[in-house]
Amino acid sequence: MSTASVATLVGDRTGGRKAGAAFGDDRLWRWLTISPALALMLLLSVLPLANLFVSSFQDITWAGGDSTRSFVGLSHYRALGSDALFRAGLVNTFIFAFCAVAGQMVLGLGLALLCSKVTRGRVLYRAIFILPILIPGIVIGAIWKLMLNYDFGLINQGLALLGVMQHDWLGSAETALLSVIVVDIWHWTPFCFLLFLAGIESLPQDIFEAAKVDGAKPWQEFRYITLPLMIPTIVVTFAFRLVLAFKVFDEVYLLTSGGPGTATEVVSFTLYQRFFTEDRIGYGSAMSVAVIFLVSLLLVIALSARRGLGRT
Amino acid sequence: MNGPVSRQGRIALTHLVLVAAAAIVIAPVAWTVAAGFRTQISLLMGEFFFSPVWFNFAEVLFSKTSDFLLNYRNSLIVGIASTALCLAVATLAAWSLHRMRWPGWIVHVFLAWTLIFHMIPPVALASAWYAMARPVGLDNTFIGLILAHTTLNLPMALWLMSVFVRDVPRELEEAARMDGATTPILLRHVVLPIIAPGLAATAVLTFVFSWNEFAVALTLSMKQTATVPVAIAKFAQDFEIQYTQMAASAALSILPALLLLLVAQRYIVKGLTQGAVK
Repeated sequence: MSTASVATLVGDRTGGRKAGAAFGDDRLWRWLTISPALALMLLLSVLPLANLFVSSFQDITWAGGDSTRSFVGLSHYRALGSDALFRAGLVNTFIFAFCAVAGQMVLGLGLALLCSKVTRGRVLYRAIFILPILIPGIVIGAIWKLMLNYDFGLINQGLALLGVMQHDWLGSAETALLSVIVVDIWHWTPFCFLLFLAGIESLPQDIFEAAKVDGAKPWQEFRYITLPLMIPTIVVTFAFRLVLAFKVFDEVYLLTSGGPGTATEVVSFTLYQRFFTEDRIGYGSAMSVAVIFLVSLLLVIALSARRGLGRT
Repeated sequence: MNGPVSRQGRIALTHLVLVAAAAIVIAPVAWTVAAGFRTQISLLMGEFFFSPVWFNFAEVLFSKTSDFLLNYRNSLIVGIASTALCLAVATLAAWSLHRMRWPGWIVHVFLAWTLIFHMIPPVALASAWYAMARPVGLDNTFIGLILAHTTLNLPMALWLMSVFVRDVPRELEEAARMDGATTPILLRHVVLPIIAPGLAATAVLTFVFSWNEFAVALTLSMKQTATVPVAIAKFAQDFEIQYTQMAASAALSILPALLLLLVAQRYIVKGLTQGAVK
């Protein structure tokens, strides 16, 4: 949500060094204020991740409350390469993430541009568009499981009115992933819309006045003024959505559980099965480490693209 | 071309597209809520008109086989407790990182870590947390789930509160220091009043995210501590799905979100947009 503020936050420090001279008297409070966050981070994020990393080189079996661990070296990582389910999950997650996020970005930007042109009703539109963002992912899954139901779902009912044959959207391999993508676009387009609208509203108005005086057409205004000025917001929203899309789990869990076959197998769901259905903790850990590595790589690419775009 | 008529026409067309989009957003939710008021037969027959019944809601809320009220209570406990904890921890940390002259590299490492942490699939974390919680008896307790949700939402809360803490004028803090204010007094009487709206925005979002969270709640809770999303997932996995009851429970589960949308929309917009635009 606030990926950009991390950058601004770091930038803020240089000013702080000069101005803060009067503050430094209580080292105790300096530590007291940071330590709860530090403790949570160390105990509940660094430690579990270290645990995950160590476990990825081990075979672990639970008996009662105790675990027995044996070192297996890199064999889990080697097995990843030939794991068809993991590969299917990666491919599907990539397809899902890029299609869904691309759709959300385009639709969200379009709606935000339209909404910025109207004065009446803007608040109402925004209130309506916020709704999906606030609904639990699992409930989104439940809603669309009903909507896409073969027998009585609203989608098939609507198609029947148009004389189109009923279709088993979630049950057939050709349309299952597409359906999940459409559901995700429905879920998150409003979020992109909200950020883009706020971005457009914060643009300096005098540039647009000047462009109008110079006789710029709406398309030119968009292409040469709005779009370049919106690039930072667009890239931040894109990176943020992409990271979330890679973590997709709730909707898939309820809508398709990865099926039919491996049609909607996504990485988080594969992880879930390895850990909790099959109890293969060591192997699941190796898979987690691989996924975290891949996502970090993507984010680095996205952020350097942002820097590159910022220069032009 | 640019006469008043074509301009009005363009605005009318704009409204038309926006209304259509709003309808697409609302229709699935409204249809599902309506399904909660149908009988299973009416839904399966695909009747357009139906006489509403309360049966599904009564069944979901009060039947002996349903734990939904318990799940609702659990979600409230976990949501409120983790939000309070998360806000306290994040606000103190954000203020500390900004106004307590930490060396630059510490701030960088801290923030880089929250960014990396934010990218990890919750499912991967859930397994590690479960392995940690089980030996110390924190699995299937509220404490375990509250700590988990606090940690999950900490990065977002920290970034948001950083934005709001930075809005507190340094001069104000310095003046208070000159007057001899200690750190607790400074935080309570100078910083807190200024960041209160930001706190509200962060609180609303943190609560919603905790209320919505599924993957971790699924793994760290059992029957007595299960939250609403876990309960709804159960509906969908039953051998014979009670579609209308699933719809009724879905409708009940979005009540807090609707309520917040009505009373705190300003804060939701502020929280969601603050970071990305600044």
